[in-house]
Amino acid sequence: MAARDHASTRFSPLAEITTDNVSKLRPAFTFSTGVARGHEGAPIVIGGTMYLQAPYPNDLYALDLTQAGAPVKWKFEPKPDPGAQGVACCDVVNRGVAYADGRIYMNTLDAQTLAVDAETGREVWRTKLGDVSKGETITMAPLVVKDKLLVGNSGAEMGVRGWLTALDLKTGKIAWRAYATGPDKDVLIGPGFKPFYEGDKGKDLGMTTWPPDAWKIGGGTVWGWISYDAELDLIYYGTANPGPWNAEQRPGDNKWTAGIFARRPDTGEAIWFYQYAPHDLHDYNGTNENVLLELVIEGRQRKVLVHPDRNGYVYVIDRASGEGLSATPFVKVTTSTGIDLRSGRPKLNPKTEPRTGEVVRDVCPASPGGKDWQPSAWSPRTQLLYMPHQNLCQDMTTFQASYIAGTPYLGAEVTMYPGPGGHRGVFGAWDPVKARMVWSIKERFPVWSGALATAGDVVFYGTMEGWFKAVDARSGKLLWQHKTGSGIVGQPISYLGPDGKQYIAVMSGVGGWAGAVVSKDLDTRDASAAKGFAGAMRDLPQHTTKGGALYVFSLP
Amino acid sequence: MCSRYPEIGVLRWRRIQGGAVVAGMLMSFTAGAAAPPLRICADPDNPPFSQRDQSGFENRIAQLLADDLKRPLQYTWLRDRRGFVRKTIGAGLCDLIVGVPVGFPTLRTSLAYYRSTYYFVNRRDDATPLVSFEDPHLLHRRIGVQLIGIDPGTSPVGLALARHGATEHVVGFTAASDDRPPAERMVQAVAEGTLDSALVWGPQAGHFVQQSPVPLRLDRVQVPADLAQLPFQFAIAMGVRQDDEALLNDVNSFLIRRRTEIDAMLAARSVPRTDLRGQP
Repeated sequence: MAARDHASTRFSPLAEITTDNVSKLRPAFTFSTGVARGHEGAPIVIGGTMYLQAPYPNDLYALDLTQAGAPVKWKFEPKPDPGAQGVACCDVVNRGVAYADGRIYMNTLDAQTLAVDAETGREVWRTKLGDVSKGETITMAPLVVKDKLLVGNSGAEMGVRGWLTALDLKTGKIAWRAYATGPDKDVLIGPGFKPFYEGDKGKDLGMTTWPPDAWKIGGGTVWGWISYDAELDLIYYGTANPGPWNAEQRPGDNKWTAGIFARRPDTGEAIWFYQYAPHDLHDYNGTNENVLLELVIEGRQRKVLVHPDRNGYVYVIDRASGEGLSATPFVKVTTSTGIDLRSGRPKLNPKTEPRTGEVVRDVCPASPGGKDWQPSAWSPRTQLLYMPHQNLCQDMTTFQASYIAGTPYLGAEVTMYPGPGGHRGVFGAWDPVKARMVWSIKERFPVWSGALATAGDVVFYGTMEGWFKAVDARSGKLLWQHKTGSGIVGQPISYLGPDGKQYIAVMSGVGGWAGAVVSKDLDTRDASAAKGFAGAMRDLPQHTTKGGALYVFSLP
Repeated sequence: MCSRYPEIGVLRWRRIQGGAVVAGMLMSFTAGAAAPPLRICADPDNPPFSQRDQSGFENRIAQLLADDLKRPLQYTWLRDRRGFVRKTIGAGLCDLIVGVPVGFPTLRTSLAYYRSTYYFVNRRDDATPLVSFEDPHLLHRRIGVQLIGIDPGTSPVGLALARHGATEHVVGFTAASDDRPPAERMVQAVAEGTLDSALVWGPQAGHFVQQSPVPLRLDRVQVPADLAQLPFQFAIAMGVRQDDEALLNDVNSFLIRRRTEIDAMLAARSVPRTDLRGQP
């Protein structure tokens, strides 16, 4: 799986590469995907084979690691519907594949899930899960839990109704589907649902916290990460922002969007829910990763999940009960003054509420949040969470005349800019017990790549200029760096090669929401392109060019 | 309202500039250069604006423009959905989009050639038609409105409904890729009685109301006092690339010189306008 384990730690126990020898790291082999869009994926290694999936058209490659130069063993072309490109919100990315029982499981942008024989590259089954013509796409990495494959949809901006679906691993048949909005029976809320907070208790809140029928196109898609605790037998995943109505047109808490569900993997039955952003105003998705940890909180050993949210807070939540234990800002936050852990709700700052017809300045964090999809890594050795993230604020104004399907409307001009310090990205080590940043590295651009922690106490991440960096897990000191061909927005991994050596792999290839100015050739003079992100990334084309390739490194 | 837009009335004093451009163009033709095609991107199925058989009013105006410039007309067809401008003119597939609001952010817009506003659509046999946001029945009526989707913005009529408390029975219509245009579906829903009223952009309201087998009425939206600062009217212009000064000048000149014919083409498709005297 992309996150290495069900706890989503992205911690490799391999320790051949250490803080002492990492400076000798050098490329072992490279591989071009031939795709010039954002490479947000993670390769996975099973036995002597590496599997990697490229962005749309989502070709899957098997590379033979037992041969010099890792030649292609086979290539599988799923041939997705080209129409899917037009509806994907933020570049045609893919975030990785899963493996179980001799098969690779993959998603395609046009909302299909496929099983492919890992040995031969032949298709075993394929299931269409969503409808591209309704704006539904799939970009997330599927997760195998017991005999199920878990997959969620993307497209909240298009009025897609969010869901998580479990497929039977063997046949690809849909076992259950849990919607993020609508009546309890659609959300799979039953007698076993025991949310911690009062605001989440009641019948059919997925309907009653919306204007009638608005929930039918209410968003809350599931395009991020899923974690699984085998002992509690619970899966955890976040839901995206509500859509597609302007916030003023959807009064209510808009459940169950912008929050986290705990569910039973066998049936999908909801056990608890916590809403980070009731009635979201700022596009603060709840889809970021949930890292499952055992931490001593106020003298008590607790099973928690740690979740750095778009809203700028790191949450520590009791993963058995859904109780918020702490929520601490890790970037400048002006949209709220804190999280009230008695109700679970943010204390919103009315001054930064977007209101049509008014100029709202200094909205921090900006819409991509204090941190977006890019997954953190946890080291049990240092007890630190390594968080790639951004440092962005935004101003919002309306009254720009825009146009869709022949109808004018009031567009919003969102102008993003660097937060305090002038840098746009940060790679930081967070102590979730003391709730503070231990060290941090400033980067020119948002750090849009994932993180990898290793038992050699070396932590890896990439920058949008294309530098792949190794830093000391304890101090953040830069130990080694290598310039790749394009900006890095992928997820680094570490694996043990057939030759017994430790390897580090990452896909380079700028893109995604932050990198769309390069991968989609957006006009950088239009600050509002890519929903306002283009303005903050105006200089990216001077620092990198597009192009997708895998880079693999080892010691000599 | 909308004084920030260059209006039709403003066109007159720019005539001199346009005339100079025309002279330059004629000179280049007498030199015998082959005229490059006038490349236009348009929706193949978006009445009354544009249709593949070129029966839409934007198609007819485009033909008039091409003839005026003595250039062959060349179409690239794509549904007018999110990313239309980026995927068409932005991708170099064409040089001109016939209808965009003045000041559209990514394009250079010409002088406006018409201005319209939003309309209430009700059945003629409705004894209490909705014609105002101050209507005491506003909260109880089933009202159709187009949703925007991706943008943190909103439609002015959708916002007016929300600010007047109407969210309970408002039905949003999204512009999904394969569906009929939201305006067409809304007007049809009013005719069939699944909606009581709809709020529709003028050109579409005029067209679909006229096509409806059930008699419908159009009432121009009066801007509610509490939203006086919001634009409900939009001036529509042609859009070219930011740096395409030459084509912009050609288009502006054309819009001034052929105004009577353009007006007739708009009238032929029942486009309700707010820039002409005596319009409702």
